[in-house]
Amino acid sequence: MSVTFVGMPAFPVAAHEAVADSTLRGNLRHATHTIRAKRAAAVAEVSDWARLREAGRRIKDHTLRHLDRYLVQVEEAVTAAGGTVHWAADAEEANRIVTALVKATGESEVVKVKSMATQEIGLNEALEAEGIRAYETDLAELIVQLGKDRPSHILVPAIHRNRGEIRDIFRSEMREWGRPAPEGLTDAPAELAEAARLHLREKFLRAKVGISGANFVVAETGTLVVVESEGNGRMCLTLPETLISVVGIEKVVPTWRDLEVFLQTLPRSSTAERMNPYTSMWTGVRDEDGPSAFHLVLLDNGRTDTLADEVGRQALRCIRCSACLNVCPVYERAGGHAYGSVYPGPIGAILSPQLRGTQSEIDASLPFASSLCGACYEVCPVAIDIPEVLVHLRERVVQGGPATRQGNKVVLKPAKGHAAERAAMRAARWAFSHAGALRGGQRLASRTRRLHPRTLPGPGRAWTGTRDLPPVPAEPFRDWWQRTHGGQEGTK
Amino acid sequence: MRVALFLTCVNDTLYPDTGRAVVRLLTRLGVEVDFPLGQTCCGQAHYNTGYRHEAEPLARRFAEVFGGYEAIVTPSGSCGAMVREQYPRMGGRARAEGRGNTLERVLAPVVPKTYELTEFLVDVLGVTDVGAYYPHRVTYHPTCHGLRGLGLGDRPRRLLQAVRGLELVELPGAEECCGFGGTFAVKNPDVSAAMGADKVRNAESTGAGVLCAGDNSCLMHIGGTMSRLGSGMRPVHIAEILASTEEEPAV
Amino acid sequence: MSSRDRVLGRVRRALADVPEDDTPYAQAVVRDYLRRHGERDPEDTVELLAENLVDYRAVVHRADAGDLPLLITRLLEARGSGKVLVPPGLPPEWTSAPDTHWVQDHTVSTPEELDRVDSVVTGCAVAIAETGTIVLDGSPDQGRRRITLIPDHHICVVRVPDQVVSSVPEALERLDPARPLTWISGPSATSDIELNRVEGVHGPRTLEVVLVSGDHSSP
Repeated sequence: MSVTFVGMPAFPVAAHEAVADSTLRGNLRHATHTIRAKRAAAVAEVSDWARLREAGRRIKDHTLRHLDRYLVQVEEAVTAAGGTVHWAADAEEANRIVTALVKATGESEVVKVKSMATQEIGLNEALEAEGIRAYETDLAELIVQLGKDRPSHILVPAIHRNRGEIRDIFRSEMREWGRPAPEGLTDAPAELAEAARLHLREKFLRAKVGISGANFVVAETGTLVVVESEGNGRMCLTLPETLISVVGIEKVVPTWRDLEVFLQTLPRSSTAERMNPYTSMWTGVRDEDGPSAFHLVLLDNGRTDTLADEVGRQALRCIRCSACLNVCPVYERAGGHAYGSVYPGPIGAILSPQLRGTQSEIDASLPFASSLCGACYEVCPVAIDIPEVLVHLRERVVQGGPATRQGNKVVLKPAKGHAAERAAMRAARWAFSHAGALRGGQRLASRTRRLHPRTLPGPGRAWTGTRDLPPVPAEPFRDWWQRTHGGQEGTK
Repeated sequence: MRVALFLTCVNDTLYPDTGRAVVRLLTRLGVEVDFPLGQTCCGQAHYNTGYRHEAEPLARRFAEVFGGYEAIVTPSGSCGAMVREQYPRMGGRARAEGRGNTLERVLAPVVPKTYELTEFLVDVLGVTDVGAYYPHRVTYHPTCHGLRGLGLGDRPRRLLQAVRGLELVELPGAEECCGFGGTFAVKNPDVSAAMGADKVRNAESTGAGVLCAGDNSCLMHIGGTMSRLGSGMRPVHIAEILASTEEEPAV
Repeated sequence: MSSRDRVLGRVRRALADVPEDDTPYAQAVVRDYLRRHGERDPEDTVELLAENLVDYRAVVHRADAGDLPLLITRLLEARGSGKVLVPPGLPPEWTSAPDTHWVQDHTVSTPEELDRVDSVVTGCAVAIAETGTIVLDGSPDQGRRRITLIPDHHICVVRVPDQVVSSVPEALERLDPARPLTWISGPSATSDIELNRVEGVHGPRTLEVVLVSGDHSSP
């Protein structure tokens, strides 16, 4: 792309396509604007919102600062309650553990609750490679899976699809996976939900293995919490004989009581509800109720590298509510796929480059995928200062510096492609450090102003492709000031 | 009260009218204004693009040039937020990097006495009616760093509502970013332009002739979009509206 | 090195900046948020529960203890439910409807068998007024989690005002984390189509909550 600034990476390229897709723009605009107003109303109902938010921030921060202790406590509590705890340093190891656990049951299919962690590690693909079919049971995940698509939102992975597109996918694809869509299916949301109910029910009823993530893991009790709406979570968590939960190590909270904060802030932030329809809590295994075997896979996969960064660490407070996506003007226009990760939007822009590192083109571009407007920070229920982390990661990209990768301390080189920008920034710094040089430049610009083009060649086209340049004034302010107030002191 | 005008490098170079308006307005309100000629740039563009180390000498320079004044007033929400929010953070980062607390100490004095213009008027001078006259229909766009960074709240609106002849009309989606975002505007030109176009469409829907904001960087983007889209609207900095009187109307 | 040791080692190295004497949990977490939002007498709390249940499309009924069996009978008749599941510890007097085939849940009933049941009647552990939530904890009057999941119609009896609390914090205080818990706020729903809430996906599509007063049968 020639219309871009130096060091142009991948996010703007993908966003270029998305911005031009009017259906996508319409779908995203409709969905995000709907939920924005609802969220604001749901939050306004709670007079102590700011204090709940601060408590949530503190609980998460404290937990992260003592994560080793709490993880060991989780392991002890889950084990004591009859569960088995596994540790996975990376995606590959987590996939290996889960695949082996499924194979040990002799089953060749599993039902899944929507889980960001298993998306992140590509579990479905790993299982498929071993001959195990994973059925996504969340409605939006089902839409994505049937449509051979990629998720574009944390909470509603098929947010980029409107009801008509969903109907078409159901009509053409459901028969490939099981029960076909009902004859004459329309695009009424209630009918689409009914179609999903019928399609998935046979899978729930025969499932022997369920796979989930978790929203929270309580260290003192070993309790896992899954927050959901449709009941597919309850199906997967209670009907199978074996339950495997893959959970990021940052999901821990110290005490049972801590849930009183998050169960108030999460539903209001994510679906704008006072409470989501279903929340399941379980501790190990229970005679006669639910799975007889429970495995908890604790996943690192870049989280400890993120934890090692004192500024970036706060991204691990995230409770995956997606309020920041819904309020983000960049997400609304670029869409989730442009972020090249299962974590799109503002939180994705700070999470992906930390979990995966900033070496790839897309990850190096994500910290710049924001106008730093701060709307994300404002709505975040755990007060992650996303703009602060974005700027911090920009520095890592353009200047390099110390970081941690796979547990090792490394010193990163500046990313390629920023050399010209770096030189320009240095030159600007020099000029701004010498008021005389600044004045010289301003005067030159003023004297030549009639010669200035309205559009610029090269990198300047990134501005003038869609915007006119302001006219340069006849004299800069400082010259006027000196002319009119010249005798006064002010020349320091 | 003797205050320093921190005009910002963008205003100094491209928007001297805004600077003259601030001087006129503050002088009218009995404030002795000085423009220290040693001022250049607060370092915001450097800092926000990831060049924190390049921004540091500019911050030091800012502290040196402005340290001696009782108050520092700037007609820019984002540059004001740079000083107030990011300078302490820069000092803290330098300390965390093992460079001691020198930067923190040098920058600390200017942080609490830096005010965005509307904040200075309402909080320090205690005025909302500044005696202005501006007979136009105006819609107001609260810029992000003023709104969410500095927490300007309804101060700009209260000031505008007190202007005689001015009809203030609500901007739909007012609190949404205009898409400028500093280097974002050129690093992500498509998204930036789409945001700008939406902002302009919302502004046009109000029927106002003037879109007012407290930051010329954003207005440069919005105004450039308006002019490209052939919109009849004009971008005007709030200082120019507040400086305008019946005797000396703004153009 | 085991993966456990590797991950824990990375965590410890990542936290090298955290001092030994870091602020302990009790001081680090400030709980100055409200225990409940607003002060209400028990009657108003029950009223708020009813409002919030209705707001999320649960059907709410009220009854005195003496009228409860009749009401349950009527609700099942209205729906034409022939086969109704009950947990083992449901007060027997609640299930006196004559022409109903009452099915006792027992541990061998398969998901397919449960799928052939029309309705389920249970009690609950606690109900939360501010959020319109009922919580089941697997006590004998509530049964296993699956019995309130597969049938399409759930009648849940809440003893008011005893089982009603105002808020989420008050509910957690009453609950035992060792028990399997299911929090239910209205019938199953989804926001997955254009971020609009649609009721009725996999869980019971009809949730009827009976607020019964004057019932002192122990669960």
